[in-house]
Amino acid sequence: MKSPRKVAILAAAGVAAASLALSGCSAGAAGANANGKTEIVVASLEPGASAEALKAFSDQVKTFEKKNPDILLKGEEYKWTGTTFAAELAGGTLPDVFGVPFTDSKALANNGQLANLNKLVSALPYGNKFNKNVIAVAKNDKGDIFGLPYTPYAMAISYNRADFTKAGLDPNKPPTTWDEVEADAIAIHKALPGVAGYMQMTSGNTGGWELTSATYSRGGRMETTASNGKVTVKTDNDQTKAALAYLSKLRWKDNAMGSNFLLDWDGINQAFGSGKVAMYMSGSDVITALVQNDKVDPANYGVTTIPLESGPDAGVLGGGNVAVVNVHDTPAQQAAAVKWIDFYYGQPQVSQSASVTQSKTLQASKQIVGAPTLPIFDQATYTQQQSWIKPYATPGLLANVAPFTSTILNDNIVPEPNKHTQDLYGALDSVVQAVLTQKNPNVDSLLKAVDVKIQALIDADPDQASLK
Amino acid sequence: MTTSTERVGTRPAVSGGAARGAERRSPLGWVKRGGFANFIFILPLLLIFGIFSWWPIIDSVIISVQHTNFVAAPTFVGWNNFVFVLHDPLFLTAVKNTGYFALLALIFGYPLPLVLAVLMSEVKRAKGLFSVLAYIPVVVPPVVSVLLWKVGFYDASATGVFNSILGWVGIPPQPWIQDPASAMPSLVLEATWAAAGGTIIIYLAALTNVAPELYDAAEVDGAGIWKKIWHVTLPQLRGILLITFILQIIGTAQVFLEPFLFTAGGPVNSTTTVLLLIYQYAFQSSDGGSNYGAATALSLMLAGFLAILSWVYFRVTRNWSQN
Repeated sequence: MKSPRKVAILAAAGVAAASLALSGCSAGAAGANANGKTEIVVASLEPGASAEALKAFSDQVKTFEKKNPDILLKGEEYKWTGTTFAAELAGGTLPDVFGVPFTDSKALANNGQLANLNKLVSALPYGNKFNKNVIAVAKNDKGDIFGLPYTPYAMAISYNRADFTKAGLDPNKPPTTWDEVEADAIAIHKALPGVAGYMQMTSGNTGGWELTSATYSRGGRMETTASNGKVTVKTDNDQTKAALAYLSKLRWKDNAMGSNFLLDWDGINQAFGSGKVAMYMSGSDVITALVQNDKVDPANYGVTTIPLESGPDAGVLGGGNVAVVNVHDTPAQQAAAVKWIDFYYGQPQVSQSASVTQSKTLQASKQIVGAPTLPIFDQATYTQQQSWIKPYATPGLLANVAPFTSTILNDNIVPEPNKHTQDLYGALDSVVQAVLTQKNPNVDSLLKAVDVKIQALIDADPDQASLK
Repeated sequence: MTTSTERVGTRPAVSGGAARGAERRSPLGWVKRGGFANFIFILPLLLIFGIFSWWPIIDSVIISVQHTNFVAAPTFVGWNNFVFVLHDPLFLTAVKNTGYFALLALIFGYPLPLVLAVLMSEVKRAKGLFSVLAYIPVVVPPVVSVLLWKVGFYDASATGVFNSILGWVGIPPQPWIQDPASAMPSLVLEATWAAAGGTIIIYLAALTNVAPELYDAAEVDGAGIWKKIWHVTLPQLRGILLITFILQIIGTAQVFLEPFLFTAGGPVNSTTTVLLLIYQYAFQSSDGGSNYGAATALSLMLAGFLAILSWVYFRVTRNWSQN
């Protein structure tokens, strides 16, 4: 039997070894240099992406590493959601390069939660060519750039072309007014029992996002900014009430919205992919995710613009994502990250060879080429880029998205509310749910409660507290 | 003399004992007796508990009086986070919903395992089969079972599993989780199904300890099945019943999985529970404004409430379980 002293020494050695192992783990995970290379982890595709999509991404990584032999790149599946992003940000588990929606980038930049990329992005060949309205979302209040906008989208109505045909509708003539959306939804629901003719998202902050889009299309706004910068929330407005009344009619009178009223972004995409929803509102570029994750056949997919009511304020909600860099990254990692952002997101927009190479890679892996987006730079650059990718576009897709692309550039694109946007969207979720699950909810009272709640949050912001 | 000798003779002994006592209390004596080895052995446990259990609790207390986004330096805000929570209209909604869930679970979920366990204990054949059938829902991963119920059983269309069954007897399709009125009872139904098996096993084990002579004596006194349950089984299971009661209260007060996965708190916040509200404070707003302070403040309020409730409960029921 060993003496207590020997046992103690052995145990102490064990504890020390375990501690060393743990400290070794944490040091190794920092992602600094490996074999003299700068190592960065970048957001790749969403979890659940198909093998073909992952291969297409992997091929692009190889091309990048060939061009940049001093950088070692690792892709990590990533998906921004309102309810998980904050946890990943706080927990330090985000990759070095990741995407955030337009709604969040400015606040994150102002809070010092993103790396300041002002010098690196400004030095890019197209650093001063950005559409000013688009690059504004990637800047903090001081004007420093914190990322590169990509895949700007306009809200649109996606539809199942086969369902249109089965219901006796012409898939090449999708609805252009809200009344036509209603009529088509009724026709589809009658022809295809069990299929929701039209549906909107309601959960995970998406209900508010889509209600805001519906409000914009009727000329309303959720937040207004006075000349002194004071922001006022007013969801209790006529256009929002009209949008809610429209949903209520479609749900309770027409019975054309199916039976599931708790759908978030993933849920409604799955429902659309499985044929349970025929028409729904989403971003114009959603076809990329629908093909990657929900096995939607592009030949069976159509998209059109959101119906706009008359009046100068009626507009289409525009959004998008900003590629940003982890605030904890070293300067070398930040530089490598911007090189990747330039390669993956920037160059395909401005360089013919990069655009063609990316399109060929996506085409070879049966991924979507030609998903409708909005211009990041000026109109001429966008038109030119579209002409470069045209020969490689997914067969039939350009014709199917023509109802959207043929008119969207003439529409009034309106940015999302800019103060506590996700809080606002989250609070509006329950209002949309109330309309779809209760016959006569007190909409006025619900909207007023949202106004009070969000206004209190805005008023507590340092830049708003002193304004009246 | 004898006394003196004894006194003299005992003196060194007393002195030696004091010396040993002093050595016993000294660090060297502690090491020699293996105290250091014991400490080294317990050190990993202390470290793991300290890092993963106690420090987060202490950190929660600190964060509850701070405003922080975990990147910029935190600022001290005093009781503001607690005031924010108490003034949030959703707080009262969440408390009511949690209470409603706990009440429904108590009325339907608490007695059911006991009834089933008593019935199963009376079964003479295939007792193992019934035990397996009762325990299978516990083995199914919670996320899988919730999704199974959500997509299949609670499908609100006419083709949903439950609605199809109701259709056979002429009852129209029910909205289940799609309606604010029926959402919470639907969650309780699934939660009862998922958790009953574990409690049944506990009750079955406890029932084996009930002396058969007591039932024989009751039979001799002319007791039927219900009188035997009332006068023999329940009193004999009293200790277990009291423990499972408080565990159920604590468990239901912390309900999160079902409302999170089934409904995300909807429709119209009808299933937003206290724990879900904590989650929403912390993670719902992604634009750097996540209210970790309010989340930890509400967590501490819940922990405090449950601690007091448990203490009161054990004080009140102490005599019951002893007698």
